[in-house]
Amino acid sequence: MLNKFRDPNLSRKLLDRLGDELDGELRFMEVCGTHTVAIFQSGLRSLLPEGVVHLSGPGCPVCVTHESEVNAFLDLAGRDNVILATFGDLMRVPGNNGRNLKQAQADGARVKVVYSPFDTLKLAKENPGDTVVFIGVGFETTAPTIAATMKMAREQGIDNLQVLCFHKTVPQALIALMDDPDTRIDGFILPGHVSAIIGLEPYRFIADRYARSAVVTGFEPVDILQALVSMVEWRNQGVARVENYYTRIVPDQGNPTAMSVMYEVFEPADALWRGLGEIPGSGLEIRPEWESFDAKKSFGVTISETPPLPGCRCGQVLKGVIRPDECPLFKKVCTPAKPVGPCMVSTEGSCAAYFKYQVD
Amino acid sequence: MSDKVLLDYGSGGRASQRLVSELFLKYLGNDELNRLNDAAELDLKGRVAMSTDSFTVDPIFFPGGNIGSLAVHGTVNDVAMMGAIPRYITCGYIIEEGLPMSDLERIVAAMGEAARHAGVNVVTGDTKVVPKGAVDKIFINTTGIGEIIVDPSPSGDRARPGDVVLISGTIGDHGLTILGTREGLEFEAGVQSDSAALNHLLVKLVQELPDVHVLRDPTRGGVATTLNEIAGSSDVCVELDENALPIRPEVSGGCSILGLDPLYLANEGKFLCIVPGEYEEQALEIMRADAIGQDACRIGVVTDANPGKVVLVTQLGGKRLLNMLEGEQLPRIC
Repeated sequence: MLNKFRDPNLSRKLLDRLGDELDGELRFMEVCGTHTVAIFQSGLRSLLPEGVVHLSGPGCPVCVTHESEVNAFLDLAGRDNVILATFGDLMRVPGNNGRNLKQAQADGARVKVVYSPFDTLKLAKENPGDTVVFIGVGFETTAPTIAATMKMAREQGIDNLQVLCFHKTVPQALIALMDDPDTRIDGFILPGHVSAIIGLEPYRFIADRYARSAVVTGFEPVDILQALVSMVEWRNQGVARVENYYTRIVPDQGNPTAMSVMYEVFEPADALWRGLGEIPGSGLEIRPEWESFDAKKSFGVTISETPPLPGCRCGQVLKGVIRPDECPLFKKVCTPAKPVGPCMVSTEGSCAAYFKYQVD
Repeated sequence: MSDKVLLDYGSGGRASQRLVSELFLKYLGNDELNRLNDAAELDLKGRVAMSTDSFTVDPIFFPGGNIGSLAVHGTVNDVAMMGAIPRYITCGYIIEEGLPMSDLERIVAAMGEAARHAGVNVVTGDTKVVPKGAVDKIFINTTGIGEIIVDPSPSGDRARPGDVVLISGTIGDHGLTILGTREGLEFEAGVQSDSAALNHLLVKLVQELPDVHVLRDPTRGGVATTLNEIAGSSDVCVELDENALPIRPEVSGGCSILGLDPLYLANEGKFLCIVPGEYEEQALEIMRADAIGQDACRIGVVTDANPGKVVLVTQLGGKRLLNMLEGEQLPRIC
């Protein structure tokens, strides 16, 4: 079925239509890192009409993980009787001193890359004398599975599993972006995975309050192009709309079961975003009744604002104020081998995507 | 012998001798190795290609092979990529105390079978047994040596604009199999390692084609990394056609789930071949006539547009860079 969403002929027609309909400039931001990579990997970026300005937003969970959060999990790595469990993305994220989990592992820290949070249940059972700490990073996509893992751990009487909860929620970040006077965004490509959980309603404010359009869409070229064509057409008609074009995966109402599990275990809280600062209500914390799973509490982890890395303009990249290649550090001192800022760290970060895929 | 490998077997004494005579010579024995001298006496003529590799694969048994057959294939293929006929091979075993003897026997037997099939003799070797935990089950080092039969040899710095880039078969099978087996993931039936000796086909290729510019096996780092090395060494651009890349649907699907790119996954039974454009059909014909090259196809061309870079022309007709892999591929969050 996916083939029709990758059809080069259909894509070409949509590209032509986009060019024909475009009257001026369209500055669109894709919020999700997977879209960033999809736009580059398909070669779509090199084919977009000149007036279409492509910006990458704060939708890569690794990118927006705050420096002090990174320092916190690096601080736990190597502690006695602690096994850190993480998705692979975080292994290369540097802390303030440039050290990352790969180096911590080489120094003897017990770090286990897992493919699913459920893998941590087995890990905890196999290591009864240790505390397995899962680094809970990610958006609404990841949080329900981690909540379900905690519920399962409680049911199975596993008491040596904890979660270092740094989850963030997408809609509040979009509000912060729209309220920022520096940003100039005409429309959003909304994240497919996150929307599968939260549905369409939480995004309505984009049209209602800010008179901008937004489309939830999939990751294939036809998905993305159809969304762009529609946003240009709506603008030409003088309307702003929020629509779901990813109905094959995303129900308009999202996934109520996943949301319910997520909010049974977590509750909204303020959160620090790398590059964007503190955004009210944009994070998730473990509820008091699940406190025994809370690694922040048991290890006394505090998260605080820290100065950005010298010279790094990731914050402006995440807000779409500048393109990655407009940062003076890009490709010079900041590369995937030695990333200065978070956007270069993650494979889905916008700077890493520019570095990796941009031909010229 | 005991049912597990004991430290005694690495002592150099009688236990070691028993291990060598009852296991290694049983599966790897030949006139030269059976003499058990301190070094092997070799009969080689002319220019010689030599290569060494260490194998630390986890898991040691996987669909399509094991560490023993892999150690032979890896080294034989490296020698053959120089336009050489691999003749002799050495093997060094570092074994963790406690490895089941039956596992070791399966590995040595697979090595013997792979060497016979490749037509190489294991002429000298070494066995060490180290305390539990000092290595992960078993590590094997192999060195291969062979006679170069063409002049000049295929080499990574000989790609020229106008050349075509061919591959002998599907991409990413070995890498996904290893990763899947290691993590206990089950993929659709049909995904297995492509580990194989390529030397017979390669010898035929270099003997029948007047000028093969580059031969490389895209092992660790995969096709993308290998082509980047070639683009850098030759100071040319390799332009790959995404539509032409032979990737099994099950490999593509497995990669999609795990957030991996098959172009960066290891292959152990495939080779890249860069030849002047006019030899494309002839090269493909030779490759497809052999069972291990039946899926051979052209995947790209060499140009002078962006020297040192690999550019992928996507299914959509757009262009993007195909960079060298930075570190290992890691599964993503979402």
